[in-house]
Amino acid sequence: MRIILFIIRKEFRQIFRNKAMLPIIFIIPMIQLLILSNAATFEIQNINIVVVDDDNTVTSHRLISKLEGSPYFNLQEVLNNRQNGLKKLDKGQTNMVLEIPLYFEKNITNHIPVKLQLSADAIDGVKAGLGSGYIQSIVSEFGNALIQVSGQTTAIGGVRISYSYWYNENLDYKTFMVPGILVLLITMIGSFLSGMNIVREKEIGTIEQLNVTPIKKHQFIIGKLFPFIVIGIFELSFGLALARIIFHTPFIGSFWLIIAFALVYMLVVLGIGLLISTITDTQQQAMFISWFFMVIFILMSGLFTPIENMPLWAQKITLFNPIRYFIEVMRMVMLKGAGFQEIKYHFLIVGGYGVALLSLATWRYRKTT
Amino acid sequence: MSEAVIQVENLTKKFGDFYAVKNIDFEVERGEVFGFLGANGAGKTTVMKMLCGLITPTSGKAMVAGFNVFGQQNEIKKNIGYMSQRFSLYEDLTVIENITFYGGIYGLTNAEIKERAYRLIEMHGLGEVKNQLLASLPLGWKQKLAFSVALIHRPQIVFLDEPTGGVDPITRRQFWESIYEAAHSGITLFVTTHYMDEAEYCDRISMMVDGEIKGLGTPTELKQLHHAKNMDEVFVNLARKKEFIE
Repeated sequence: MRIILFIIRKEFRQIFRNKAMLPIIFIIPMIQLLILSNAATFEIQNINIVVVDDDNTVTSHRLISKLEGSPYFNLQEVLNNRQNGLKKLDKGQTNMVLEIPLYFEKNITNHIPVKLQLSADAIDGVKAGLGSGYIQSIVSEFGNALIQVSGQTTAIGGVRISYSYWYNENLDYKTFMVPGILVLLITMIGSFLSGMNIVREKEIGTIEQLNVTPIKKHQFIIGKLFPFIVIGIFELSFGLALARIIFHTPFIGSFWLIIAFALVYMLVVLGIGLLISTITDTQQQAMFISWFFMVIFILMSGLFTPIENMPLWAQKITLFNPIRYFIEVMRMVMLKGAGFQEIKYHFLIVGGYGVALLSLATWRYRKTT
Repeated sequence: MSEAVIQVENLTKKFGDFYAVKNIDFEVERGEVFGFLGANGAGKTTVMKMLCGLITPTSGKAMVAGFNVFGQQNEIKKNIGYMSQRFSLYEDLTVIENITFYGGIYGLTNAEIKERAYRLIEMHGLGEVKNQLLASLPLGWKQKLAFSVALIHRPQIVFLDEPTGGVDPITRRQFWESIYEAAHSGITLFVTTHYMDEAEYCDRISMMVDGEIKGLGTPTELKQLHHAKNMDEVFVNLARKKEFIE
C-alpha cells in the first residue's frame, strides 16, 4: 500500500509539472462543451426553397407567404416554369422545389383533393427529410385553416395531433448533447492520457529502472491509473458545473449516482489505455491506436446519430461500446431523474467490461520479457 | 573465504535464430569488482539483463544472490541494484524526489529514506543540486545520481551497464572512486564498459566476443596470457582472433 502511495505521489508531481497538462484539464473541456454543443445540432433552419407557382392565384400566394414566414425556410424565388426550378436544384442553387399546380385554388374551392409536388436535393438526407416534414406540416396547417374558414371542420372529422415533448420540453439540442459530450471528455482524458503516460516511460527508458525493482504488477498499475481516476472525476464534475452555469442543463437525478457510475466507467477507459500501452512502444503508436478506437466508439455511441436508426448489425456492435452505456446513463439520470434501479444493468455491463479489460491488460503487462 | 554471489553455467539467450549469448560460464565473488568487457553488440547487456531478471534466458543455469533467474526474478530484484546504459531516472523530478521515490518503491521506511538519501547525497557530492530538476543537470551528475539510486536499498550486487559512457575523465575517475567505496562496504559490482583503462581498475574481468566469453581472469593474468602491455592489446588480440578464424 505504501509503495502505491509513492507511485501516486510521483505521478501527480509529474502531471502537474507538465506544462501542457493544466490547459488540457481546464481549457479543453470548456472548448469542447462550448463548441460542440452549439455546433452539433440536429435542428435545421434556413432551408433554401424555390416555389414554382403554376396557379398564380390568391390562395397560392397565401401559401407562399406562409412559407416565407417560416423560420425553417428561406424563400429564394417564385418561378412560373417547372424546368427552371428543377435546373436550380440540379445546379445545387437551392435545396428544394415546391410546385403548386394549376387549378390549385379552383380544386380547393370545389373540394377536389389537390397534390403539391416537392422535389428535394437529398444528398444531405437529414436536411431533405426534415425539410419535407416541415413543408408537410405547413401545408396541412394551411389546409386546415382553409377548411375552418369555409366552415367545414366537421366534414373532415379530422384527428388532430397535439405534441408534448417530455424531458426536454423546448426541444433544446444542447440539453441532449451536453451530457454526451461530457462522456466523450472523460473517455478521451482517461484512455489517451493514461496510455500515453505509460508508453512515455517505455520511450524514455525509465520503465526499465522500475522493472528491475521488486515492485508488483498490481502496485504499478494501481499507482499509475489512480491519478487519472481523480483527474477524470474532477473533469466530469467541472464539466457538469459548466453545463449547469452556461447551458442551464437540467439535472434531475442524483449527482452522486453519476459519479458512482463514472468511477465504474473509468475502469473501462483506463483498461483501454493500459491495454494499448502494453501493445505499443511509442506514444505515436499509442495515440494512433487510441484514436482509431475512439472514432468508432464516438460515431457508434448514439451521441450524433440515434442508435435506433442504425442497421441491426450496427446496433449489435454498439452493445460493445462502453461510451454508449455512459451516454445513456447520463441522459437517463440527468434529464429523466432515473435512479439506481433503472440503470443497474448499465452498472453491471460496464463493471464487467472494466474488470475484463483491466485483467487482460494486467496479464499482458510484463516486467520480464 | 570466497563465496560466489553470481553463478552462471551454460547460459544461453537466442533471439529467433540468433545467439546473442552462447553457453557462457563464470562466477563472481562477494565484494568483487567484476569487469564485463566486450565490443558493442557482443552480448554484454543481454547477459546483464538476464541476471537482473529483465529478460528470461533461453537455457542454462544462473543464480544471483542465491536465487534462480528462472522463476525467482522478484527475489533477485530485492537484492540487486541496476544502473542502465541509458539514463533512466525521471528528468522532471528533482534529485531528492528521485531518491525518495526509489526508496519508497523498495519499501524503505521514511526514516530510512531520509537517512540514506542524506548519506548518498553527501557521498556523491550532490548536496548543492538536490532540489534541482534532473533535466537541468549535466550528464556526470545524473550518472552519480543513478548510482546512488542503485544503492538506496543496500543491495548485495549492483549491476552497472556502461556507467561512464559519455562523461569526462575527471568525472570518470570520481565515479570509479565511488565504485571502490561501494566494494569496500561488501557490495559486489558487476560493471560493463568498453574503456580499456577502466578494465584495469577491476579485480577480475571477462571478455566477451560474439556472445561467448573468450577470456576470464585478473587484468594481470590476461595481459601475461596474451603477452600484452595493456588491456587494449588484450582486447584487440581477442577480437582479432575471431577475424582470423573467419
